Amino acid sequence: MSEVIAEGGHGAVPTGPEVPAVPGPVRSGWPLYEVFVRGKRGLNHVHVGSLHAPDDEMAVHAARDLYTRRNEGVSIWVVRSADITASSPDEKDELFAPSGDKVYRHPTFYDIPENVPHI
Amino acid sequence: MTAPSLVQEHFDATIAAEHRIEPRDWMPEGYRKTLVRQIAQHAHSEIIGMQPEGDWLLAAPSLRRKAILLAKVQDEAGHGMYLYSAAETLGVDRADLTDKLIEGRQKYSSIFNYPTLTYADVGVIGWLVDGAAICNQVPLCRSSYGPYARAMIRICKEESFHQRQGYELLLTMMAGTHEQRAMVQDAVDRWWWPSLMMFGPPDADSPNSAQSMAWGIKRHSNDELRQRYVDMTVPQAEFLGVTLPDPELSLDPETGRYHFGAIDWEEFKRVLAGEGPRNAERIARRRAARDEGAWVLEAATAYAEKHA
Repeated sequence: MSEVIAEGGHGAVPTGPEVPAVPGPVRSGWPLYEVFVRGKRGLNHVHVGSLHAPDDEMAVHAARDLYTRRNEGVSIWVVRSADITASSPDEKDELFAPSGDKVYRHPTFYDIPENVPHI
Repeated sequence: MTAPSLVQEHFDATIAAEHRIEPRDWMPEGYRKTLVRQIAQHAHSEIIGMQPEGDWLLAAPSLRRKAILLAKVQDEAGHGMYLYSAAETLGVDRADLTDKLIEGRQKYSSIFNYPTLTYADVGVIGWLVDGAAICNQVPLCRSSYGPYARAMIRICKEESFHQRQGYELLLTMMAGTHEQRAMVQDAVDRWWWPSLMMFGPPDADSPNSAQSMAWGIKRHSNDELRQRYVDMTVPQAEFLGVTLPDPELSLDPETGRYHFGAIDWEEFKRVLAGEGPRNAERIARRRAARDEGAWVLEAATAYAEKHA
């Protein structure tokens, strides 16, 4: 399995011999953070982008300025990209295929006569 | 030439199905390079674009106009950040891109090399320059590269405010004194042709366009977007009561589209080559911001280390 880092933002990026290397080291001294915003109460936090910041606290402040200038959120999460573990596109067959043949997990798998109400 | 590999086939199928390419996907090197060039150039344009209008922040005619302009210039900084963030998903570093801009190895939109002589320029930039940007950018919300398309969606939402504040400013000035109306007309005279150049060279002279369109990075040709912009803008000029500086401008009754005169592409090339009225100043200021602001980055880093 490839080693996974999130350098570059917008979700973790797998690296390893089977993934073509992206050239150029990231030389910014500040770590990359992924930013998640809760749009309003009752909604999940959603990934909105990334930014560089010297520490967690500054990352929250920067995220506030960059991603919520117009009341786009009521809560912000920031997480260092390097701390995200992600599935790799190379293993997507093994990872997601098993659910493909379990059609009985979907409500449409079951035939119910039309005149049965509320089902 | 080797047979197309499995990853290439997967990439082609994703593009053909109008699905998005994401950072973790394999992509051809040319696709990656084209995106880096386009996104970086776009990001640089947003950052350099803060300067012409930023010049008026301390001379805004009212507190209301000042607050609006401040919000707009701040948005441009935000747009630059969204785009650098998208570029970094392609394995480049934003500090590196900034260095390339300052060294003249990467470009930005030639429009920002023109000066802002009066406050009417602020209005005309919002109306014409941001109007042209919207025309260019709305189709990019469907660009095949996910992070770029997502950045563009965010940007387009905010650009609408930019264009409307500009047009409202101009409406206000046109309802003012004779001098104010003359100021608006003068600004329109200076910005109209450069705004048409924002769409890039004619299709026949834009060799990379076809490949970019095949990859779904671009959605419409330069000339197509330019025509769409003219068709949208002429009625707005009429409502405003200004004359667009093109004697050939006329409505083709059959197509419903406007015919416009020849664009001076020599001027475009000169400005792009660095000979515009403000090229040197724009880059000098960007360089100063990088160099003179370096201590802020160092201080924040030192503070973070101390409190780690």
